[in-house]
Amino acid sequence: MLEIRFHGRGGQGTVVASKALAFAVAREGRYVQTFPEYGVERRGAPVVAFTRIDDEPIYIRSKIYEPDHLVVLEPTLIGAIDVTEGLKPGGWIIINSEKKAADFPQFKGFKVATFDATSVAVKYRLGSAAAPIVNTAILGALSKITGFVGIDAVREAVHEISPVKKDENVKAAEEAYETAVREQEQP
Amino acid sequence: MQKVIMGNHALSWGALLSRAEVIAAYPITPQTEVVELLSNMCADGDLDAQFIKVESEHSAMAASMGASAAGARTFTATSAQGLALMHEVLHWATGARLPIVMGNINRAMAPPWTIWTEQTDSISERDTGWLQIYTSSIQEIMDSVIQAYKVAEQVYLPVMVVLDSFVLSHTNENCDIPDQSKVDAYLPKFENAYKLDVAKPAAYGGLTGPDWYYELRYKIQKDTERSLDLFEETGKEFGEMFGRPYGLVETYKLDDAEIVLVTSASIASTARPVIDQLREEGHKAGLVRIRVFRPFPSDLLRKLLQGRKKVLVIDRNISFGMSGAFYEETKAALYNEKSAPPMWGYIAGLGGRDVPVDVIKETFLETIKEDHPEGDIIWIGVKK
Repeated sequence: MLEIRFHGRGGQGTVVASKALAFAVAREGRYVQTFPEYGVERRGAPVVAFTRIDDEPIYIRSKIYEPDHLVVLEPTLIGAIDVTEGLKPGGWIIINSEKKAADFPQFKGFKVATFDATSVAVKYRLGSAAAPIVNTAILGALSKITGFVGIDAVREAVHEISPVKKDENVKAAEEAYETAVREQEQP
Repeated sequence: MQKVIMGNHALSWGALLSRAEVIAAYPITPQTEVVELLSNMCADGDLDAQFIKVESEHSAMAASMGASAAGARTFTATSAQGLALMHEVLHWATGARLPIVMGNINRAMAPPWTIWTEQTDSISERDTGWLQIYTSSIQEIMDSVIQAYKVAEQVYLPVMVVLDSFVLSHTNENCDIPDQSKVDAYLPKFENAYKLDVAKPAAYGGLTGPDWYYELRYKIQKDTERSLDLFEETGKEFGEMFGRPYGLVETYKLDDAEIVLVTSASIASTARPVIDQLREEGHKAGLVRIRVFRPFPSDLLRKLLQGRKKVLVIDRNISFGMSGAFYEETKAALYNEKSAPPMWGYIAGLGGRDVPVDVIKETFLETIKEDHPEGDIIWIGVKK
């Protein structure tokens, strides 16, 4: 079983990112389970969401305490909270950031990859320029970097899940997939 | 059709596939999405139902009763304080013998304000005569709504389909949505033999003296007992048609089990990998998930549990001054048995406290360590 934890802030589409990944994986015929950590939701507050993926039915129904991998949609959370809490050694940390993986030396022992999803989201006018919705771009990047899920399934899932601007969201995911670099750093 | 859907939407899909004709509901976190999707289904013409907006849960159940009395297949959903507000009319729905199906999302009762899961809301309604199914997966939620109508309409009693707040209501997972034609074959249109009919005027629910009220209660009890077999039969038939059988309980690795966990809902789902772990470590552990809590499957539990070395029960609810309800009733069912095993009653997960693998395993290891339970309540992980 693969367990993935998403970190973002309210308004960035963190919960939808976890769902879109699940939708995509299910399209590939695997079992998925995805859920947010519900608190008192408000724009800008830290948000956590979880996705489980398996070839067998998934019975465990607790939060994910020791994720295999992380997706960080909001780089300002790094340092503000311990995003790597419980993360298994050698796991991926996919960060939405214009910086390089080498700029995150604190993540020694993990595989770090960065992708500037914000620029892609702004380009396709997803959300506003001040508060872009980065979830579909980061998913495209995740597909390229980790190979957990194919871009065809991501494309279909993004189209299904996007309430508005379906084509723009699909293009954002595709562009992220094409430009993300499987850059593996162990700082 | 394979889809990834949330637990709340599984209720809506269940109502759609059952061809509910009237929906009256009032929104409350964490139930809101059930009503949202049903409202969309009605507006889009996917569901040919009358959607009645009401001003409270009491009115939601009152409107549901009117619709059901007129012979319509009726659906509603609520949670926690909303269910409590319905309390008076819940009794009425049973006494009036109305086969309404309702989804209830288990949310802890306030105060203090909370939205997270606990079963005390629906457990508080166990004496209203509503039949209760506690579900443990998104698929089961949808399937249970369809089965609930099939049972309800044979015994003329209302059924509650219960699911954990957030842990099930807001979790998305794979769900097989069957073809409408197959569901129609399983659950044909309902003809209520006692429906209101202007051509045949009659009075219902009028003043009944001590010479007949007693007999009416007897009939409710007899039909509730009859529903035990109906839940088994309809669950088996569902399995034959859709490949997913259901029953009063679900067991896992029970055959040779010496130590058996009895629990319900999402905790019973997480318990499966715990049983696997314990088996690998050499413990003969097994699981009984109580799916139908009303009627309580006492006979079946006696059969499954007597002669075991130890039984432990995990409850995500509490009857203050007594214990957890599943423990209380399982213990009562076994009281007269000569080979009744000692029984441990654990309380866990109140107010949505997460119940991960480690917590369930701890209850097993505690039980394995002890020879005999001390008292009726063992609190797990409580901050004192």
